[in-house]
Amino acid sequence: MDIKADQVLDCSGLSCPMPIIKTKKAIDALQIGQVLEMIATDPGSKSDMDAWTKKTGHQLLDSQEAGGKFMFFIQKAK
Amino acid sequence: MENGKATRMAIIAAHGTLDMAYPPLILATAAAAMDMEVTIFFTFYGLEILKKGKNEHLQVAPLGNPAMPAVVGDMHVPNIVGVLPGMTAMATSMMHEWMKRANVASIPELLDAARELGVKLVACQMTMDVLGVKKEELIEGLEIGGAATFIDFASENAITLAF
Repeated sequence: MDIKADQVLDCSGLSCPMPIIKTKKAIDALQIGQVLEMIATDPGSKSDMDAWTKKTGHQLLDSQEAGGKFMFFIQKAK
Repeated sequence: MENGKATRMAIIAAHGTLDMAYPPLILATAAAAMDMEVTIFFTFYGLEILKKGKNEHLQVAPLGNPAMPAVVGDMHVPNIVGVLPGMTAMATSMMHEWMKRANVASIPELLDAARELGVKLVACQMTMDVLGVKKEELIEGLEIGGAATFIDFASENAITLAF
């Protein structure tokens, strides 16, 4: 899937709960429909981003994993 | 209640050691980042977490804390050794080292994040009276309240946690 991100947020190296705190702030600053690409190295971020999007209602369009990095594409829904 | 789901998180922080300061702040900031309304009620030694200039020097005691790994080189150190002078300082610097290695935010950083996310930080009035803690000793942006303040908040749709 080829998704164009409106903004990229690099949370590489950060531990829980900083990636979701930074993701929340970044999503707050976007317009509805825009897409945030969040990059993390914390393996826990995979289940955390599932939970975060489920709870907040924003849409997790895709998640990828490559070379020890996790990429999440989140669309602001509201 | 929103579709039968909790919309709030109500946390009691009653301990002032480094290891016990982390869980309430991590859960509070995570819940706030998930759009929940969050209050932390700091009572008894939990007030230490709010003390200006002191909250970056919280300690962890190895004594009576057998879950804390105590290894020097290849040698396992018996828990009772924790009674010796300097052991608390040693355990504290060990834990700071682990936290730094894993790039975990510091206690003051998590408090900043909590306030930025709108987490309500409530200092227990009764504890302040008992321990002689002045408002000026505490960080900015707090509320001061009692048990009823916490219970009122927690009584509506809240997940309640105590540390």
